[in-house]
Amino acid sequence: MKPLRQHQGVAVPLLRINIDTDAIIPSREMKRVSKKGLGQGLFAGWRYRYEGDEKVGPEPEFALNQPAYAGASILLAGANFGCGSSREHAVWALAEYGFRVLVAPSFGSIFRNNCIRNGLLPVTLPAEQVETLADSLQPDPQQRRIKVDLEARVIETADGRTLEFSIDEAARKTLLDGLDAIEVTLRHDDAIQAFKAADRQRRAWASLWPE
Amino acid sequence: MEQTLFDKIWNDHQVAELDDGSFLVYIDRVFLHERTGSVALSSLAESGRAVRNPAQVFGTVDHIIDTTPGRSDRTRMPGGEAFVRAMRELSRQAGIRFIDIHDRRQGISHLVSAEQGIALPGLTLVCPDSHTCTLGALGTLAWGIGSSECEHAMATETLRLKKPGQMQVRCDGELPAGVTAKDLALHLIGRHSAAGGRGFAIEFCGSTVERLPLAGRATLCNMAVEFSAFTALVAPDEKTLAYVEQRPLAPAGDQLASARQYWERLHTDPGARFDLQLTIDAADVAPTVTWGTSPQHAVAVDGRVPDPRHIADEQERRTTELAMAYMDLAPGTAVRDLAIDGAFIGSCTNSRLPDLRAAAAVLDGNRVADGITAICVPGSSAIKREAEAEGLDEVFRAAGFEWRESGCSLCFYAGGEGFPTGARVISSTNRNFEGRQGRGVRTHLASPATVAASAIAGRIADCRETTARP
Repeated sequence: MKPLRQHQGVAVPLLRINIDTDAIIPSREMKRVSKKGLGQGLFAGWRYRYEGDEKVGPEPEFALNQPAYAGASILLAGANFGCGSSREHAVWALAEYGFRVLVAPSFGSIFRNNCIRNGLLPVTLPAEQVETLADSLQPDPQQRRIKVDLEARVIETADGRTLEFSIDEAARKTLLDGLDAIEVTLRHDDAIQAFKAADRQRRAWASLWPE
Repeated sequence: MEQTLFDKIWNDHQVAELDDGSFLVYIDRVFLHERTGSVALSSLAESGRAVRNPAQVFGTVDHIIDTTPGRSDRTRMPGGEAFVRAMRELSRQAGIRFIDIHDRRQGISHLVSAEQGIALPGLTLVCPDSHTCTLGALGTLAWGIGSSECEHAMATETLRLKKPGQMQVRCDGELPAGVTAKDLALHLIGRHSAAGGRGFAIEFCGSTVERLPLAGRATLCNMAVEFSAFTALVAPDEKTLAYVEQRPLAPAGDQLASARQYWERLHTDPGARFDLQLTIDAADVAPTVTWGTSPQHAVAVDGRVPDPRHIADEQERRTTELAMAYMDLAPGTAVRDLAIDGAFIGSCTNSRLPDLRAAAAVLDGNRVADGITAICVPGSSAIKREAEAEGLDEVFRAAGFEWRESGCSLCFYAGGEGFPTGARVISSTNRNFEGRQGRGVRTHLASPATVAASAIAGRIADCRETTARP
């Protein structure tokens, strides 16, 4: 997994509450048994114009399609971003599109875990501060880039204001070092094996055996 | 020290406390379905890792498979077959138990877990599906995860977790006639918002919950994820134990005796502390329907769409306006009597036998209104057989409902099947998100009885009035 320490980029605001993972990647865009090929389907319901069920071109009103936000890698969103379905495809789609940092007052909890497992930084800030960040992008979001520093836990606006954020140490370490979670856990394999041995005594009824 | 039900299960699964403040937690069971499980299995294989304990991993097909009678691997969705076949083949390679499309045990993952005894009180169970919390109804500590976490669970038999906070939701009293667990869940979310349970493991308790059948408890726990909770639990009681002991994978003989002993201590000790307690008076709950695009947009069936001008917070006002525009509703519109185009009964929320019976009681002797597409999809093949043995399928068919094979079906668009663009649909499912049941489709969530009553009326209806008819 790609480590993330500092990141600077174009930010795009999508300031509505409860943006769910069906909106981030609709079911019909999850076409293959793969983590790839999902970027095109990102926000498909909002991002494209349709005739019937056919896409007929980009929806110019949608922020991601506006030149001001071209190449955006930081998403500013409303509370409870990524609620709903556990589909990790939402995170794979955001990452494939080019997002590296998401900023919102809160996140869906499965979605947030999925972000951390895929090197996408979820930053939690109060709604007013997310609005402040969004305001700081104008008049030219391409020039007025945002800087995110995970080591220092701060976000800096283009006009030099800094906003501190907190993040749990487990998530921070995983992202900073791009750690493979399975590998890290298997460092505790002795503890797992010891637990299992004791557990098989204590809760023998809970074990299943191959058919 | 007094412990909660959650404490007891958590403590018995805690492998280690790590120096970053997280915990390594033992996972007893993993369940997979073809949409996200297939990706987890294929990615695990690609990384050169094995499923460590295949005996604890199960899979089925429910999300993408066709639910029309006479189905095969073919799906309406182009390429959907690949998910079904990958799931089958990868399960075989990994050596896990796989319940295939024509297996008598096939059904929606969380229903199969309960019916087969894969989920038992006091176990931890994870599945790459957000509605895994449904199994809290049996006192199983079960929650939804992503595909990567699922790989982790299969490769290590553990997950790394932060310990969630604990919330008690107490509901006492008798639910009024025509009011169900679904109405209670929507009422809770409507009152405390779709983020009201964020960061919490919830325990539902109180006399109302004790009286609920297991199916109703499943509905209640199922909707906990729409409340943004980590998961939900109901303490197992005699009703629970009588059910789980009969399951094919339940412990037997001496093992059952020791399991029973273990299960009997699975309740919150008097005086145990919760971080937050909410109470609901059952008498305050009415048949509840959503008007918008979040489960928190819930009102009593005789309620109205809000007026955004009365919402002080700007972001919330804007979000409400967007939801109203999508739903094509004006401020102050009465929810009741909104004309509908479709009605759906199914999903891991409301597709169990008591749900189908409640809907059939409303439908019996009635006909779905002209022009309404009405579909019923039993939650599992077993439920379908039981319903047919009772003649419920005849009631549904006679009323003008399609009667299908089990699966997730029109709860969402995954199988490539949706209602027509712009259709207004009343649905016994869990999510009214934009595009969930088809592009531009406007979903109103409700109980099975309300869906049935509305299908007959051709508009959103109060099931208490329909059931009153002879």
